[in-house]
Amino acid sequence: MTTISAPSASPTASRGPQVGSFLPPPGPVPLTRLVGLEVRKMVDTLAGRWLVIVTLALALVLMVAFAIFGEAPEVTVGTSLGAAGGPLGILLPVLGIMAATAEWSQRAGLVTFALEPRRGRIVLARVVAGLVLGVAVVVVSVALAYLVTAATGLLGRPSGYDMSAAQLAGFVVVMALSVLQGVAFGFLFLNTPVAIVAVLALPSVIAVATQFSERMAEVAPWVDLSRSGAPLLEGTLTWTTAGQLATSSLLWIGLPLAIGTWRVLRSEVK
Amino acid sequence: MCGVCAARDGGDMITTERLTKTYGPVTAVDDVSFAVEPGRVVGFLGPNGAGKSTAMRMMTGLTPPTSGRALIAGRPYAELTNPGRLVGVMLDASAQHPGRTGLETLRLVAIHLGVPRSRVEEMLELVGLTADEASRRVRGYSLGMRQRLGLAAAFMGDPQVLILDEPANGLDPQGIHWMRGLLRDFAERGGTVLLSSHLLHEIEAIADELIVIGRGRIIAEGSLDDLLAPTTTFVRSLDDRTLAAALVETGAEVTTTPAGLSVTADAETVGRLALAHGIVLLRLSHGERAGLEELFLTLTTDQDRAGPVARPTGAAA
Repeated sequence: MTTISAPSASPTASRGPQVGSFLPPPGPVPLTRLVGLEVRKMVDTLAGRWLVIVTLALALVLMVAFAIFGEAPEVTVGTSLGAAGGPLGILLPVLGIMAATAEWSQRAGLVTFALEPRRGRIVLARVVAGLVLGVAVVVVSVALAYLVTAATGLLGRPSGYDMSAAQLAGFVVVMALSVLQGVAFGFLFLNTPVAIVAVLALPSVIAVATQFSERMAEVAPWVDLSRSGAPLLEGTLTWTTAGQLATSSLLWIGLPLAIGTWRVLRSEVK
Repeated sequence: MCGVCAARDGGDMITTERLTKTYGPVTAVDDVSFAVEPGRVVGFLGPNGAGKSTAMRMMTGLTPPTSGRALIAGRPYAELTNPGRLVGVMLDASAQHPGRTGLETLRLVAIHLGVPRSRVEEMLELVGLTADEASRRVRGYSLGMRQRLGLAAAFMGDPQVLILDEPANGLDPQGIHWMRGLLRDFAERGGTVLLSSHLLHEIEAIADELIVIGRGRIIAEGSLDDLLAPTTTFVRSLDDRTLAAALVETGAEVTTTPAGLSVTADAETVGRLALAHGIVLLRLSHGERAGLEELFLTLTTDQDRAGPVARPTGAAA
């Protein structure tokens, strides 16, 4: 058998142009494109889309319910966000987890990692994508809080705009940290249900663990991420509380993210 | 000579050099070296668990090799810029998110590769998925439709190389014929194709060169014609008994059938031997072409390589 290597030698070469000649020459894939793709992948499936819709809907329902049935003397942006804080605090980490794990359970990662073999870029893109979508949800929630407050005022009931720009920023940062924690745990476990259980159980575990002794109770503020964000919300950040936020973030976001990234870089994609 | 011989010059599009992968005590891929030139459709044939998929994952940077390396156009896959524009990869047709539509699945690939959106419709047309089918979620796709979707994704970046794991799985005979045309056309325009299968008839229908793999090792490689070349000669003479004895003396294996002798030697050798012994030949011809299935079974059966399998040779061609 003779070598067939030059396509022009083939009598059927007239069937079409040479392969690799249809499209303009390939360029590198910018990170912004990867981030855009990951955001899109988070909302183009039913699960992802409904997670966002349910999160915002729950936030709105709770804000309205609080405005109507709440015991507070007045409805403010702060009380509205407080009412919505529960679902946001639970569902935003789930959003982050799904950003990290979705393709791991669906095997679609085979396609993604074949298209981008430098896996660190995919990890980075998913972290950023989780943040982008999570912060978008938080910003919409803040806007809803203003709407509910304004509507309450229009109805002639006591209302007020009580949050400073710094407090609002603090709220966004705290929520963004909860998304990041979800992403980190997602990469750590590479398994959606396990990561969700771990993230949701963590505050209770820490609370129980730090009740055992005085010394543990002293350590608690430095390791409890669910509490160390409070000064940001209250606008009472000091060097000490900032340090506590930093150590607890490193412990529950930095460390799992580092281990998870190492897992993704090392593991075999099947 | 042959497109799948040992690695040589830089013209090869897919090269593996002593590629090896071990999982603990198990060696999934064992010292696999080959090279595929442009213009070839090469079949990677082996039973399930032979190491085909592992080898392909190593070629595409998804599994790190234990030792050895795999190169695409002379470079490790992980070093390629925008690899989807050079290599179309389909490693598992089922590895698509079931909750996305076929159209969305392809759009994601198109965005990633940076190709025009119009390319998505072209690829749907190429693989024969209708707009209606493309707008449905992948969950409801048959395996054959998933294969077509996976091929559309693999072709999206206008690649020069295709690496396809079990692409014919789930296709009906017409589908296999269609794929043959698609891949042949691609190869004739200068493309390089490596596809795997555990089914002989698929490979026979699509590939023109073969790499047979069993237990992680390459067992045989070469063109389909070479691998199918007759291994026996059929001969009938006025004195089969004497001729058989003479042939056995030369080391050939002889099977006596009612119609004559089936000999593991070529026709010239048999003819010269008959001349030397003054035996009149009544008939001298090639034995049957070795069936690929038989070849496959022969090559992959446990250590059973003592000698060519004797075949009934009633009606030689």
